[in-house]
Amino acid sequence: MNQIIKKQILNPTVTLMEIDAPMIAKKAEPGQFIILRVDENGERIPLTIADYNREKGTVTIIFQIVGASTEALNHLNTGDYIQDFAGPLGKATETEGLKKVAVVGGGVGCAIAYPVAKKLHEQGCEVHSIVGFRNKDLVILEEEFKNASSKLVLMTDDGSYGEKGLVTDALKALIEDGNQYDTVITIGPLIMMKFVCSLTKTYGVKTIASMNPIMIDGTGMCGGCRLSVGGKTKFACVDGPDFEGFEIDFDEAIARSSIYKPFELKAHETLCNLYKMEVK
Amino acid sequence: MPNMSLIKNEMPAQAPEIRNKNFLEVTLGYTREQAIDEAKRCLNCKNKPCIGGCPVQIHIPEFIEEVAEGNFEAAYEIITRSSSLPAVCGRVCPQESQCEQKCVRGIKGEAVAIGRLERFVADYHNGGSIAKAVKPASNGHKVAVIGSGPSGLACAGDLAKKGYEVTVFEALHLAGGVLVYGIPEFRLPKAIVQKEINTLKELGVEIATNVIVGKTLTIEELKNEYGFEAVFIGSGAGLPRFMNIPGENLKGVYSANEFLTRVNLMKAYNSDSTTPIQKGKKVTVVGGGNVAMDAARCAKRLGADVTIVYRRTEKELPARLEEIEHAKEEGINFLFLTNPLEIKGDENGWVSGIRCQEMVLSKPDESGRAKPIPLEDSDFDVETECVIMSIGTSPNPLIKSTTKGLETQRWGGIIADETTGLTSLPGVYAGGDAVTGAATVILAMGAGKAAAAAMDTYIKSKGE
Repeated sequence: MNQIIKKQILNPTVTLMEIDAPMIAKKAEPGQFIILRVDENGERIPLTIADYNREKGTVTIIFQIVGASTEALNHLNTGDYIQDFAGPLGKATETEGLKKVAVVGGGVGCAIAYPVAKKLHEQGCEVHSIVGFRNKDLVILEEEFKNASSKLVLMTDDGSYGEKGLVTDALKALIEDGNQYDTVITIGPLIMMKFVCSLTKTYGVKTIASMNPIMIDGTGMCGGCRLSVGGKTKFACVDGPDFEGFEIDFDEAIARSSIYKPFELKAHETLCNLYKMEVK
Repeated sequence: MPNMSLIKNEMPAQAPEIRNKNFLEVTLGYTREQAIDEAKRCLNCKNKPCIGGCPVQIHIPEFIEEVAEGNFEAAYEIITRSSSLPAVCGRVCPQESQCEQKCVRGIKGEAVAIGRLERFVADYHNGGSIAKAVKPASNGHKVAVIGSGPSGLACAGDLAKKGYEVTVFEALHLAGGVLVYGIPEFRLPKAIVQKEINTLKELGVEIATNVIVGKTLTIEELKNEYGFEAVFIGSGAGLPRFMNIPGENLKGVYSANEFLTRVNLMKAYNSDSTTPIQKGKKVTVVGGGNVAMDAARCAKRLGADVTIVYRRTEKELPARLEEIEHAKEEGINFLFLTNPLEIKGDENGWVSGIRCQEMVLSKPDESGRAKPIPLEDSDFDVETECVIMSIGTSPNPLIKSTTKGLETQRWGGIIADETTGLTSLPGVYAGGDAVTGAATVILAMGAGKAAAAAMDTYIKSKGE
């Protein structure tokens, strides 16, 4: 059981929680994830580590409420306990030796992109962060990104905040401006990462994408998180979650990510109805 | 007066047409009378070959003699001198290729039903006894066990009985390893595994769940920072294997590990569970081991029409005899001498069928095993909505990749001494599937016990 030290609503569908987990905090690195179970009957859900504090012994997660489990998690408050909290899992994002990097985050993926940007920044790397959201209300971590980047471009789909357009527009402009990046690191919706990769491929800029497929154990047992990388089957939990972007079969990953969509919608609806009944 | 019946007493079971729709245990176990009657079939022969067939050398004729006398608790005491998990082994051991294969009664007629008797004795004890196991006095030495599957539990049990302070580290949220995520409820009820684990806890074994050794902690830290004097690695089988044929990443293709984990550990067998699982009307399972039988029978119970595809013949099926018989009775179809070539999908990326080819068996090679060879122009399609790949696993890479100096085979298995389980690192032992690749519960237990003995010797010799 791990206690929730802090809960902060970042926007109507995204919540931040700081969790007491000293053993995990001691080892956590940007790019790694944890697996949690909200309660005794909950499913195991993987969430990328958004931040960690080794001295305090805490790990921060930021999650979007998309299904029954994240809805149930969001119903917990500061002081409550999470049934199971295990990690850190997956390989850390490789940051060593990088001098100039573009970090491209989309939506709640920015929560994962942030610790990577922060670590690169602390290593003295020049970080250009490009973060995209659907609209102004969904913007998260703006201050944090500002502090961790030498340049921050904030995009919204509808132009209600920052610049109007997609992250790929901003990335293209920066590359066209003559910025030469060692690597582009992209974290966000699959479709966004797919387009980031096809853009950077035309410029020949090495690109790393952080994948977040469906998984159960997260330790290399179930094989549910497999994806095709360079024509080979890889397991995101032990081989990733970071992979060479040009090698990833995004269309397959997009298809696989939708396996349980109908099931999740129904479960979410059932749970919401339960909560509604409780309120009554 | 010995019972000279040539056949063993049948064990009562749920009728196939009823049990293939529920997840309750298939077999119901002997009654007292059936057990005593079966025990009387043992001749208590001089050579006792059965003991040699048991990987943990249970004193079989000795416990059976007690059963015949109706002294079930005495029988339990004899079994637990050698085995920490009798209720489990009585259910999942392949007795027909171990103890019962060696039984003298098997020469003319059927062997004594040793497995069923072991199960009866364990269930009798677990059902009636309120006595708790007593924690022995501590000998002041700390040991760590990685993984709470059969090898880890056996190792932990033996060390705890010798007075060691044992901590078992489990990566998942529940202890039991393959006994809880893999083997289904109808073959091994979770309550039985829990009971066996509780007994270990009573002996003083600490179980730390949600700790992934290799990630949360390393073996080096266990030894240097946490003060464990010896470590046993029983991390089990790892990544599921796939065939590397087209279509394996289509929606509706599962590894047996994932399918079984969803059904068992994540409780999808419970109709009110929130665990998502695809319930295809037609399910195809590829493989012929116990895991394939388990996956097929789970899918059947979730309402599917199930076919097992296996590239050799029925004779070569590696699964336990009883599981094959039960699967057939429950209406699982078998396609022998058949090998998948490609999984086909529909326009939305869901599985729609498998293209297979027929195989023929070669003459047995030096190892005595016949090789399946494709028969030309024999391709045919099997309609299916879900494919469960059950063709084995390769060892988990986490510990290997974070433990300096731990030597492994080229295929990833940890290199360990056959009799002691000692790895290339001093004080670090290993056993079970992490060493051998996918094998049986009892072999893993045997390895755990052997390592426990070696760890005891190692720690004592250090003190001298």
